[in-house]
Amino acid sequence: MIEVDKKTFEDEVLKAEGLVMVDFWSPKCEPCKELMPFVAEVAEKYEGKAKFCKLDAAANKRLSISQKVMGLPTIGFYKNGEKIAELTKDISIEDVEAKLKELI
Amino acid sequence: MSEVYDIIVVGGGPAGLAAGIYGSRSRLKTVIIQKGRPGGQAATTEELENYPGFPRGTTGPGLMEAMANHAESFGTEIIKEEVVDLELDGEIKVARTKSGKEYKSKIIIFAPGAAPRTLNIKGEQELRGKGVSYCATCDADFFEELDVIVIGNGDAAVEEAMYLTKFAETVTIIVIHDEGILDCNKVSAEKAFANPKIKWVWNSVLEEIKGDGIVESVVLKNIKTGELSEMETNGVFFFVGTVPKTEMLKGKVDLNETGHIITNDRMETSIPGVYAAGDARVKYLRQVITAASDGAIAAFAAEKYLAEEGGFKEQVLNAPKPVMVAFWAPQIEASIAAVSELEKIVDQLGGSVKLVKMDTYRNEKVAKRYGVEEIPSVVFFNNGEVVAKVSGSISRDVIMNQLNSLINK
Repeated sequence: MIEVDKKTFEDEVLKAEGLVMVDFWSPKCEPCKELMPFVAEVAEKYEGKAKFCKLDAAANKRLSISQKVMGLPTIGFYKNGEKIAELTKDISIEDVEAKLKELI
Repeated sequence: MSEVYDIIVVGGGPAGLAAGIYGSRSRLKTVIIQKGRPGGQAATTEELENYPGFPRGTTGPGLMEAMANHAESFGTEIIKEEVVDLELDGEIKVARTKSGKEYKSKIIIFAPGAAPRTLNIKGEQELRGKGVSYCATCDADFFEELDVIVIGNGDAAVEEAMYLTKFAETVTIIVIHDEGILDCNKVSAEKAFANPKIKWVWNSVLEEIKGDGIVESVVLKNIKTGELSEMETNGVFFFVGTVPKTEMLKGKVDLNETGHIITNDRMETSIPGVYAAGDARVKYLRQVITAASDGAIAAFAAEKYLAEEGGFKEQVLNAPKPVMVAFWAPQIEASIAAVSELEKIVDQLGGSVKLVKMDTYRNEKVAKRYGVEEIPSVVFFNNGEVVAKVSGSISRDVIMNQLNSLINK
């Protein structure tokens, strides 16, 4: 997974071609850290079919709020610079995979 | 055949981790199955100052990491998987995980914990992760220099509100009670009243959360006057209690009307070999320390259960010859006399029959299973099956009659 921040978000996510999945997390968010290893597995499984990024929302607060993310964990799906889908709170990895399959 | 554990602990909060420590220290093969990182709800509580021996400055995540390391240092295995189904009947229990794996064990200690309660207020669901939150440590960062409200006034609500003041500009606590009345402990109440960033709205409940894609305001209702008022805010934090994560146990073990697991003071559930510990259990006080206590008791009771069951199986059920199990008790004279009579008989028969003596009160489960209501009682086993039972006055003739018919078969 590519680690993005406020400097690289535009190029890596908004200007990217095809589907981009962004895992918004923070070091203090235990549920995020619970979910992340499973997200990494999904990212590996679908490598090449979508781009997989993670963003530390605590360190990039303004950027996250501009993306209307004010709660963690959140997984956003982007295409052509727009957020086309989002999962937030109580996310199970099965939901993530199902959403990803639907969008690919 | 896959390996069989002595103890599977489902859930890695303080209850599960304490069970792991006690189980492993008793040299039982113990595994904790925990979705993601261990720690449970305690790991999302930044300030944790009431665990004895861990004074101010202790954090929930810090204490939970120490407990997890402690359990692992005694040999507890911690597996990151989510248990979705359990097979509890039978001698070997099975836990199935979301990934489709099966784990087998003689004992299951169920310590799933609880999750924050939702109130299903208008706007709550739609604005989750958009300013509506149930986890201060997860989301507090977003609210730096912003205004938030907190719903609830118990320990969690007031303590988390205090944590939020490190980030937010103002934290307004909405309290259903009259002015000055809080459900939380007095130390936290005093601290909160003295905190200039905390504001209070009394006699009120949350009616609605409004916002277009992100929380913008809330509608509050004064329960005395019925008056509605709108208040601008950027965030709404709910701390209104928890619900036990016992969905997968429904119909399998006895739960109460709120879904909490019913146990006795040994943490035994309604199914033999299945124990429960922590917040998911029916109990008076749900704290890290009582969760850890539950875990310790459950693992200890499980060890005794395994010893009792294992011993009985080896001594009685798997014995190659007929077995007389004598249920006696040291304080009952007649039972002592009966045992000595039985010993004489076994001697005379020269090893064709085995005698197993059981102190009835130390082996309550076995006694109950075989319907022993009177002391002394003798239960006759052959090839692992009960073939006869004699209770009360145990005469030589009665015993010999039973044995003759057994041995001559």
